[in-house]
Amino acid sequence: MTSRDLVLARLRAALAAAPPTVPDRATAAYRRHGDLPPGDPELLDLLARRLTDYRAEVHRVAASAVADTVTGILAAAGASVVVVPPGLPADWRPGDIEVVVDDDLPAARLARLDAVVTAAAVAVAETGTIVLDAAADQGRRVISLLPDLHVCVVRPGQVVATVPEGVARLTPGRPLTWISGPSATSDIELNRVEGVHGPRRLHVVVTDR
Amino acid sequence: MTETFLGMPATAPAGVGNLRGDEPFPVAARRALADAQLRRNLRHATGTIRAKSAAVIGEVPDWPELRAAGRAIKSDTMARLPELLEQLEAAVTAAGGTVHWAADAVEANRIVTDLIRAAGADRVMKVKSMATQEIGLNEALEAAGITPVETDLAELIVQLGRDRPSHILVPAIHRNRAEIREVFLREMPGVDPALSDEPAALAAAARRHLRETFLSTRVAVSGANFAVAETGTLAVVESEGNGRMCLTLPETLITVMGIEKVVPSWDDLAVFLQLLPRASTGERMNPYTSMWTGVTPGDGPQAFHLVLLDNGRSAVLADEVGRQALHCIRCSACLNVCPVYERTGGHAYGSVYPGPIGAVLSPQLTGVEENASLPYASSLCGACFDACPVMIDIPSVLVHLRARHVAERRAAHRTPSAEAVAMAAAAYTMDHPRLYAAAQRAAGLGRLAGRALPPPLNGWTASRDVPAAPPQTFRQWWAERRSES
Repeated sequence: MTSRDLVLARLRAALAAAPPTVPDRATAAYRRHGDLPPGDPELLDLLARRLTDYRAEVHRVAASAVADTVTGILAAAGASVVVVPPGLPADWRPGDIEVVVDDDLPAARLARLDAVVTAAAVAVAETGTIVLDAAADQGRRVISLLPDLHVCVVRPGQVVATVPEGVARLTPGRPLTWISGPSATSDIELNRVEGVHGPRRLHVVVTDR
Repeated sequence: MTETFLGMPATAPAGVGNLRGDEPFPVAARRALADAQLRRNLRHATGTIRAKSAAVIGEVPDWPELRAAGRAIKSDTMARLPELLEQLEAAVTAAGGTVHWAADAVEANRIVTDLIRAAGADRVMKVKSMATQEIGLNEALEAAGITPVETDLAELIVQLGRDRPSHILVPAIHRNRAEIREVFLREMPGVDPALSDEPAALAAAARRHLRETFLSTRVAVSGANFAVAETGTLAVVESEGNGRMCLTLPETLITVMGIEKVVPSWDDLAVFLQLLPRASTGERMNPYTSMWTGVTPGDGPQAFHLVLLDNGRSAVLADEVGRQALHCIRCSACLNVCPVYERTGGHAYGSVYPGPIGAVLSPQLTGVEENASLPYASSLCGACFDACPVMIDIPSVLVHLRARHVAERRAAHRTPSAEAVAMAAAAYTMDHPRLYAAAQRAAGLGRLAGRALPPPLNGWTASRDVPAAPPQTFRQWWAERRSES
């Protein structure tokens, strides 16, 4: 008997001895949608408040001003080299700084870069969350992990109200990273402190279209 | 001796892992209660988390429906656990992962050790994982000459301090900032001697300490919060980014997962990703959640192994009342609200699963007789049931396990316990009215004897006062009342 067969036989025996009763899922009608449609201005306000609560910095700008905004964030942080995914829209690329396009860069090199600029796949307003799905404008998971400053650009149509809406929009097979504020810990006296292993600063740029 | 047959539900083997304490709860609890610093640390930390959690749960208009959904999904999962595990295995395999089955801790430790050796590594980095603590993986790896490096801050504090974890979420909850600073100064190579005890400074020290480990270690071991059967997707919920590092940077990723962590469908994640952070760290969402499905070419580990662990879970599933303990999503809300946990801390429970959920889970995993004191480590106040985000009725399971314990002991021993003798005597007395009246009068006289009972009944009064008997029994009062009228 293989361990696989053994474990499955044990579980079947356990259930056969006392068949379970399953509560009706219909009594558990949780909210599948918020009251506001994706991209509603009130949702963008909520997203900004929730992100700010967890020490992310939020910038609300015109779509045409993304590159200038990103350039300003990087300059203010003193960053000199920034990595971007290969599919980052050309008109989002910052100026006045050395831009490295990720081309399977080794981790040790990424760890020495100051900042990363990515797009996002989805943002959840109620929880202040952005989700990256490793599409071409977001890149490999590692590029948004090792540099200490992450600038993430979110379009209004990507912003949904609730977690169920966010989950429904995502593609399960892709590598997904849900990000709610900068790296933090609650391990010392159960109080949240920002800044452990992931990027210690998170800037979210929310565009107007 | 209970006979076990191949293919029948089995408890976790003794002699491996961390499900059994060295001493019964009352003994360990008495020592913990004498530690004033421990009680201050726990009161502060649990008070903080209770307030935070209550605030963010209050924001959610459909919290009761989410809890009901969590319970329904988990009940459904347990009802078809074998089929869901087969579905998960197929999906993970199709996505380029390899699935291993471990009947118990010994087998899981051997599988992981062999995988690490096959990858040619002598060091692994670890994401905080209850399953690997449960099976004693670190001890097994060290015995095999492999160095495990814990990367979660609290786990690191425990590992550096050669301490034991005392909380499901925050294993170092029993340490305050000053004590953590002491551990770092003593054990962390190259640490700044001027390190302050500010939490931010302590976190920064851990960041510096582990950075090189993340970049150079080729194998990582993680647990899993959820595994979606229909898609083969694994999820790890965390805060610091150490999880992302371990799940992204190594060549080989080994995930050890209790079989009860599977959920049927992708949409189910929407329920648990709302319940877990708010009940656990009191956040609307934890900083990072990683989800991966098998292997993604060019992104992250190119070898992925999933180890599915039984280690007593089939025995828990066999108990009609107790099986709901398998619904636990390891949030620790029940620890944070428990008046017993807040005073004794986690070490007193002996097992890696402390607090109310540990008191129902550990005895079922090991067999009640081997953790017999835990079902009694509760005042049955019910705060844990109210706090549980998946509505596990912990008080009912505790009472059920007490009954199981009594029944199993009665079956195993011919000599009745003092409790059984007392109960039998009480039953006989109550069946005989004249004896009962005499006993009541005697109880009235007992007021003169004070608040403790003589042996062998002094076990009852060691931690309780005998209630003062009224000056008159009900029968006496009734008789007087009738003669007056």
